[in-house]
Amino acid sequence: MTRMVETTYRDALREGLREALRTDERVFLMGEDVGSYGGCFAVSLGLLEEFGPDRIRDTPLSESAFVGAGIGAAIQGMRPIVEVMTVNFSLLALDQIMNNAASLLHMSGGQYAVPLVIRMTTGAGRQLAAQHSHSLEGWYAHIPGLRIVAPATLEDARGMLAGALADPDPVLLFEHGSLYTMKGQLAEDAGAVDIDHAAVRRPGTDVTLIAYGGMLGRALDAAEALDADGLSAEVVDLRTLRPLDDATVLESVRRTHRVVVVDEGWRSGSLSAEIVARIQEQAFYDLDAPVERVCSAEVPMPYARHLEQAALPQVEDVVAAAHRTKG
Amino acid sequence: MAEFTMPSLGADMDEGTLLEWLVHPGDQVRKGDILAVVDTSKSAVEVESFAAGVVDALLVEPGTTVPVGTVLATLSEAGGAPAPVPPAPPAAPAKRAKRAKRAPQPPRQQPQQAERVHSPLVRRDAQALGVDLAQVPGSGKGGEITREDVRHAAAAAAPAPAPAAPAPAAPAGERARVTPYARRLAAELGVELGAVRAADGATVRAEDVRAATRGAPALPAPAPPPAAAPGVDPMRATIAAAMSRSKREVPHYYLANTVDLSRALAWMHERNRDLPMDRRLVPAALVLKATALAVAAHPALNGFWVDGAFRPGSGVHLGVAISLRGGGLVAPALLDADRLSLEELMAGLKDLVVRARGRRLRGRELTEPTITVTNLGDQGVEAVYGVIHVPQVALLGVGKVVERPWASGGMVGARPVTTMTLSADHRVTDGFTGARFLDLIDRHLQQPEEL
Repeated sequence: MTRMVETTYRDALREGLREALRTDERVFLMGEDVGSYGGCFAVSLGLLEEFGPDRIRDTPLSESAFVGAGIGAAIQGMRPIVEVMTVNFSLLALDQIMNNAASLLHMSGGQYAVPLVIRMTTGAGRQLAAQHSHSLEGWYAHIPGLRIVAPATLEDARGMLAGALADPDPVLLFEHGSLYTMKGQLAEDAGAVDIDHAAVRRPGTDVTLIAYGGMLGRALDAAEALDADGLSAEVVDLRTLRPLDDATVLESVRRTHRVVVVDEGWRSGSLSAEIVARIQEQAFYDLDAPVERVCSAEVPMPYARHLEQAALPQVEDVVAAAHRTKG
Repeated sequence: MAEFTMPSLGADMDEGTLLEWLVHPGDQVRKGDILAVVDTSKSAVEVESFAAGVVDALLVEPGTTVPVGTVLATLSEAGGAPAPVPPAPPAAPAKRAKRAKRAPQPPRQQPQQAERVHSPLVRRDAQALGVDLAQVPGSGKGGEITREDVRHAAAAAAPAPAPAAPAPAAPAGERARVTPYARRLAAELGVELGAVRAADGATVRAEDVRAATRGAPALPAPAPPPAAAPGVDPMRATIAAAMSRSKREVPHYYLANTVDLSRALAWMHERNRDLPMDRRLVPAALVLKATALAVAAHPALNGFWVDGAFRPGSGVHLGVAISLRGGGLVAPALLDADRLSLEELMAGLKDLVVRARGRRLRGRELTEPTITVTNLGDQGVEAVYGVIHVPQVALLGVGKVVERPWASGGMVGARPVTTMTLSADHRVTDGFTGARFLDLIDRHLQQPEEL
């Protein structure tokens, strides 16, 4: 019988990093403040002492330069893990990510793969305002050549990095800032997890709530509340945002015939829009109500706590949307 | 204001002939009262009202054939709240009746005279405001109705209150909003969408379609309309479509069991001696009662395969196959057969046979059988391997009662026996369930005094 240990999302991520660094000498971590400071969100705390400055490298505040360096190292046979502090800052490196990391395999006629992993923090809820709080993973999920994963559970925080490092192509791993302190039980021997499939986190029969990352908890809380109202909600955790696992989503839609997509990103041109489109394309005749979306308000994320909360999808918004699908 | 429409009664009916009105304008009717007699391709059926009220207008003359869903009569609420939809001016019903006679056209299509196509926006506005578009003059290009026209029409009817929640599915002549899944489900269940009421007054959803199959007049009769070639008897075409579908889609399995009837028949003869002729039992009554009890104990054999899943029946409604003079057959239901006493069941059976042969069956009897029993013993066969009547999931065949050598307790004697066969849908049950079911019928027949 596997022993369960109490841990946090942050510690689970660190264990994933530690395992990767221990088992593969090609792996190294670099980014702003990952070394001496222990990481802006303390994910890499203690790793510099354990693995030394060659493998835990502090970088200048120059996202384009250090992501580019990671791409070069990956092409040369290393397995770099690059930490970008927030997804907002990653826009400085967007040229490297899209024009180089995502494209080189194709542009080189298959000669140069880029086995790079980029970790970054995403999401709001911590009063970090409009330059540190956005959910732009949907933008990255638009780009062919990348794989996008979003761990929402302790198991995935612990195990997705191994799968990402094993992928021969660039993988972006999005850690939601509000999840770092999430506590729970994790198997002591937890390890690599599959990064190809969505997961049904809670079975139900009346409505499907589709979420990922920071919104999974909201969706699960909403499902509990709906249960009290006599509505049985199934919760699907997308886990991998590109390529999307249509099969799991559609199977659920065909069971429940009603759908609410919960996405912390902005609504227009979003990942939620893509999911709704796919459902419409492949399961139109299974829909018993228009598909509902619960997204963030289309404003730069406010600083003031009450305004920030008002801009974000809340449990009661998800509950109300689910009720609307019942007519 | 409620509408009494041509119902879809039984597999594949897409039109029907009004034979007779049993009410007159001004008559008070209750839910369940029989309003009219309708001739389907199978038989004359007495059609019940699923609303209460006062008969307002009879819109279709006897002898007229109209598509399913056509409004036959309107009922106004008896002293209730004002109708949500403004009553049509007196000219309208006559006009509609005339149009309705122009049969047969697909039921959901707009009647020819009103063949104005309205934009989705206009239809939605009209529905929200309770406006009957057939009554609205159009000011747009080519006489099209604009949103403004709808608003004017609503304002003109101003004193009328806003539509109450449980309004009819759509104003007369309008196509209701139906979700894609509800539309697919209705097609699979053979439910006429025109007869389905939206619970929220706006959009027909899957649950509304299912509700319609539970009540009157739509029914679980999913076979596609038979493409009857000219000259083919409509009933033959109906049977052809249903049976083809069953053999095409349903993975049948078959089981047989020979049952010793000596105890049951001895008990029956003993009992019949004290009864006047018209109350005497026949062996079929015992078999049906034993079957009904066994069905109640095996709900997986009692119900329907719909939308890729099994839906249990709401009671044990034994469909009794009755052959008709001049060919063909019907299988109307003995409703709640498991709860009838033997005497009630016997009386119900006689009544059903008489009315089936006189073609006077009621809607519910045709639409609600949850399992069918077919007895070809009268015709001299020993076993029947039947085709399941979709969307039901099982059919019991009963052969003739014959005397056969029968070993029991180490002795051989002549006993009256019959062979019972089960055809069942393997998607729902396995042979194990079927075997237990047949065995339970046998055991019930060994204790006739308990029936």
